[in-house]
Formats: sequence, structure tokens, C-alpha cells
Amino acid sequence: MRRSTTESRALQIVLIAIALLFLAFFLALPLIAVFGEALKAGFGPFLDAVTAPDALSAIKLTLLIAAISVPLNLVFGVAASWAITKFQFRGKSLLISMIDLPFSVSPVVSGLIFVLLFGASGWVGPWLAEHDLKIIFAVPGIVLATVFITFPFVARELIPLMMEQGKDEEEAAISLGASGWQTFRHVTLPNIRWGLLYGVLLCNARAMGEFGAVSVVSGHIRGETNTMPLHVEILYNEYDFVGAFAVASLLAGLALVTLIAKTVLEWRFNLHGSARH
Amino acid sequence: MTASSAAAMRRRWRQPSVLPGFGLTFGLSLGWLTLIVLIPLATIFLKSAGMGWDQFVAVGLSDRALAAYRLSFGTAAAAGLVNAVFGLLVAWVLVRYTFPGQRIIGAIVDLPFALPTAVAGIALTALYSPSGWVGRFLDPLGIKVAFTPIGITVALVFIGLPFVVRSVEPVLADLGNDVEEAAATLGATRLQTFRRVIFPAIAPALLTGFALAFARGVGEYGSVIFISGNMPGRTEIAPLLIVTQLEQYNYDGATAIATVMMLVSFAILLALNVVQAAGRHRYGA
Repeated sequence: MRRSTTESRALQIVLIAIALLFLAFFLALPLIAVFGEALKAGFGPFLDAVTAPDALSAIKLTLLIAAISVPLNLVFGVAASWAITKFQFRGKSLLISMIDLPFSVSPVVSGLIFVLLFGASGWVGPWLAEHDLKIIFAVPGIVLATVFITFPFVARELIPLMMEQGKDEEEAAISLGASGWQTFRHVTLPNIRWGLLYGVLLCNARAMGEFGAVSVVSGHIRGETNTMPLHVEILYNEYDFVGAFAVASLLAGLALVTLIAKTVLEWRFNLHGSARH
Repeated sequence: MTASSAAAMRRRWRQPSVLPGFGLTFGLSLGWLTLIVLIPLATIFLKSAGMGWDQFVAVGLSDRALAAYRLSFGTAAAAGLVNAVFGLLVAWVLVRYTFPGQRIIGAIVDLPFALPTAVAGIALTALYSPSGWVGRFLDPLGIKVAFTPIGITVALVFIGLPFVVRSVEPVLADLGNDVEEAAATLGATRLQTFRRVIFPAIAPALLTGFALAFARGVGEYGSVIFISGNMPGRTEIAPLLIVTQLEQYNYDGATAIATVMMLVSFAILLALNVVQAAGRHRYGA
């Protein structure tokens, strides 16, 4: 029997087919192309490309940048979510919109603002030069641009989750004599850990993969300020396509791990949620 | 001011709570926000304000810049429309129907969020260049994708798709069956039900998704510069023009272009917000 609030199976199949075809062309094919082009010349050249000294130093720098910027934004994200979801105050929605600001700014502009501040002819630039400090075209500039770009990720993930959970459990803990820190560790943290982990994963993926902002502030000094995405660009512009796609495939692997972790977390989320209620 | 009126003011600003840590967490987030986001962003506007109108116009509104804005905003709008149609279809299929591999498909929609833009850029170029995986079949037909505005649009469709799907999906899932049943009982065809009942309910979410994808597309850099070919006046996007100015150490020029881009983006997003608020008012949702 055909239900009146759904489509015929034939129409369903047509719509599913169109959707899948679209996703195949726009999402799956580019992903396959990365690995296909990387392994085009076989496994040897792939391995050579990712173990070249410049590639290794780019990988090291990318890991370092993520290791600095992700924890910073993790602390910020948790603090902001606590203030926003556990208290009522004026200007709250303004604060939330301001946290989202980096999302609506072009990555290139995100890099530009730090050049304007700390570059040679920037506002703080002369003072920095006097004290022999280098921010632009150096690692601190890359960290700043990355922190700016990944600023909203953890908070964005936590705010809706903590809003939904309310503050009854925390208030109960406090009235039973727990300290603020104890309440956070034993009541809040167990409730938000999966959302927090997902926010950190997204933040990390973006921190490692950011291109536009980092490209503006890095100066592209090989072996020094070259991150993995920038190294991909350099190799590509030198027509070393196998090398470019080899390094790119490492980043694509990171993206895949992030997506798989997300899917697993969502599955656990639902399990967790339904077990609790 | 007396102590009690000061306390009353505090109360009005923030409602009392038994939970601790407001000062610490609020101070930490506002301080960090000011330091990392607000002060750096303010430099753009301070710098353009201090530059003088003539200088601002010379680069910010030059023919080359105007062509770049047209291209960036035009391709972002085109990609946003493509995503509005196909993103809605993907969300619909994921929420309403069951098919094998649904979970994997649902997960892969987020790929553009997780895949670095430069990787997407070189992958799309490998696919759509005239000798590429897909391009070699399109080239004999006279369809050029890479190094044309179509290529830029393809890259922006890739980047923007999850914004639309993830905006529409929850609204579609929450939509109760009862209104559709009521429409069917009253003799509406399925298409009428979709047009009159379902679409108005999901339209605000669809518009939000479009706006997010559009805003992201206007500023997008990494995935576009490889496939666009970067010919000044023809396939040179606005963010690339900023980089070009920076490479020539023309900081004023870069700032002027960035300012125009941000002002136009904010104006468009504001307009979309107004449309959405009006729509909400009309449908009372």
C-alpha cells in the first residue's frame, strides 16, 4: 500500500540516484583523485616525496602549529561555553556572534590583519624589529593566524550541547557542597566529553589544513615556515604533481580519520543519549 | 552611587546564579576574543579609515578590483544556488528515505569541512583540467571547466555543500508527519504538500544554509586558486587580488579590497537576515 505522506518507491529511487550521483561527482571523485594521483607512479615515488627533508620539516611544523593552537582554543572554547550556557547575562547573543566572526572572514583577510599589525610596516612592526622579535614570516605569525581561524570550532560544538543539557545537574552538585572545579570535572565534563572531542577533532583538522591565512603570514621559507598545505602548493607549482598529491594524500588521510571519528562519536552519542533517558 | 543601586545594576546585567566561575570564564573568553579576534579585525577598518578616499578608491574600486568582486560574489551566488537545490535533495534523501550505505553517505557530506582547501583545489584541478579525469570527456564537447568561472563555481559548490545539508537536515527531521497527513487528507497531491506545507517550513533553514555557503564562497581562496587560472579581470577572485597586492607590498591596496569585500558581505548577510525574519513573521514559525 502506498502511504500518502511519502513518494512512490520509483520516485524515491530516482531522487536517491540523483543525490548519489551528485555526491559522487563533487565529493567522492576529488577524494579518489588525491590518492589516485599520489600513487600514480607507484609506491616508491610516493614514499620518496613524503620522506623528503622539506616534506618532513613541513609535517613537523604542521604538527607543532596544531599542538599549540588546538589546546589554546580548547581552553577558550570550554570557558566561553561555560559562561554562555550556565549564566544569563545581557549581550549574550552579541558574544556568540562575535565568537563566530572568524567564520565570516576570508582566510586571506585573516592573514592580512596580522600582517597589518605585526608586519615590517605594521603598527607594532617597528617595535618588534627594534627588539629583534619576528612574528610575520615566522612561526608565531602562523600560530596567530591559525588560532584566529580555528577560534570558533570548540565553542560552536559545545554551546548547543551544553545549552540543551541545562544547568540542573551542576546546581545540584554545588548545593551538595562540591567545589566549582569538582562540579566541572565530575558532572559537566562527562556530559560533554564526546562533543568536546569532536570539536577538538574539527579544530585540529582545520589547524593542520589551513591554507589561505597561513599562506599570507608564512613567507613560504622552505624548511622553516612551510606547513604541509603550503608545501603542497609549492610542489604543485613546480609541476611535481606526484609529490604534491603525495603530501596532499596525508592531509586527505587526516580528513578521513576525522570523518570516521565523527561518525563513531555520533553513534556513541545517540547510544549514550538513549541510555540516559 | 550607593552600594545597593550598584548591586541592582549588576543584577540587571546578569541574573544571579549559584554556579561559580562566571567571572573567570567570562573574563577569559572576552579577553581572548578581544586579543585574537576583535583587535586584529579592527585594524582593517582603522587602516582604511586612515588612508584617504582617493587612495582607497584607486585600488579598492579599480576596474581590476571591480571585476574581481563581480567574479567572487557571482560565482559564490551561483554555487550557493546549486547547493541550495542539491543540498536540499541530499538532506531530503538522507532524512526521508532508507538506502544501503546511508550512514557512509551521511558522513561523507562533511568531507569539505575536514579536507584542507588546498588539497581540494589540486584534486578538482586534476579532475577538470582539459586532460583530467573528467575534463578529457568534457573538452571534446567544447565545455571548459578548469581555468574558467565554471571551474571556480565547481570549487565553491564543493566547499559550500555541507553548509546547506547540515542546515536543512535537522529541520526536515523535526518536521512532524501530522501536517503532511492533514494535507493529504484534505486531498492535496504530494507536490502540492511539498510546495505549500513542507517548503515554507524548511525555507528559513535553506536560506541560512545558502547564506553560510555564500559567505564562505566569497572569501574562499585555497580551493579556488588552482582551478581558476588567475587571469586578471577574467578569473582572478577578490581574495587572490588581496594576496597579489600584499606580494607587491601594497598594504593600503590589500586593505581597501578587504574592506570592500567585508562591507559587501556583511550587507548581503544582513539583507538575508531581514528576509528571513520577515519570512518567520509571515509563517509564524
